[in-house]
Amino acid sequence: MTAMRNDKRREIQTYAIGLMLALAATGAAFALVHWPSFPARTTLGLVFGLALMQMIVHFQCFLHISLNRSSRDDLLLILFSTLIIIMMVAGTIVIMANLHSRMM
Amino acid sequence: MSAGDVKHAGINLGATDQETHKQAEPDVFGFWIFLMSDAVIFALLFAVYGTMLGATAGGPTAASAYKIGPTFIETVILLTSSFTFGMASIAMKYGSRLRVLISWLAVTLILGLAFLSLELNDFATMIGNGASPTRSGFLSSFFALVPLHGLHVLAGCLWLVVMMVQVPLFGLDARVKINLLRLGLFWHFLDIVWIAIFSVVYLQGLIR
Repeated sequence: MTAMRNDKRREIQTYAIGLMLALAATGAAFALVHWPSFPARTTLGLVFGLALMQMIVHFQCFLHISLNRSSRDDLLLILFSTLIIIMMVAGTIVIMANLHSRMM
Repeated sequence: MSAGDVKHAGINLGATDQETHKQAEPDVFGFWIFLMSDAVIFALLFAVYGTMLGATAGGPTAASAYKIGPTFIETVILLTSSFTFGMASIAMKYGSRLRVLISWLAVTLILGLAFLSLELNDFATMIGNGASPTRSGFLSSFFALVPLHGLHVLAGCLWLVVMMVQVPLFGLDARVKINLLRLGLFWHFLDIVWIAIFSVVYLQGLIR
């Protein structure tokens, strides 16, 4: 029974840590945009970096997926979907940008 | 196969309910496949939005149409609702009283509805200022992407209401528990999509 209580406390901690990290990343990203202190391009890079970090926090703390603990199938599916997404998004943007510059 | 092994995404019931834990694996994995295909739909709408950024046709631009304040409040609300749903999952897993579980679900529902009403208010303000979906390609792609996320949140809210009926009606049997597991994945997934929306759409548009 104490083991279960410890498990419960650990899991609540995981969610609380996830919330703290996510709030910190969100706050930082909005602050960077609201009070501009870097050139626009650097700010954009930082915002995207923070977003990626926050997504990883969400996957780890809320969806309980991480490289070492997760069941293989879930992780494979995420990696496959990520591959598909990168190919389609990057392909769309490259082709449309190319088309755009040719139409100019 | 130990009690604590991780069989699927989201919270795992292993230590507290072996029987449901075994049943949950294929069900939750199937739902996970749906979520990943949903992620592909969102990704393509993001790609369209990216190619449409310049297509403002002389109308409102991102910088003039978006507001940072309401977006920040919506983000915090949605984030908090992910946490409160996590607390509901823990209440379900460790067999807290049903009242505790239902209260956490109710808090999540209220936060979801608050998010939706703020978002609808944003859209109404935008359309009132002449930034309607028919104004330019840029705004069409915005209104294809962001309200689709809102529709998902609405579906999640309806699902929360269904669960708040199912839990007292059927008690926590295997079916209800697995439904809660799936709703948890859905809710946390929507939060991840929102991270992409506030970074790529709102913050990118508002950078000076």
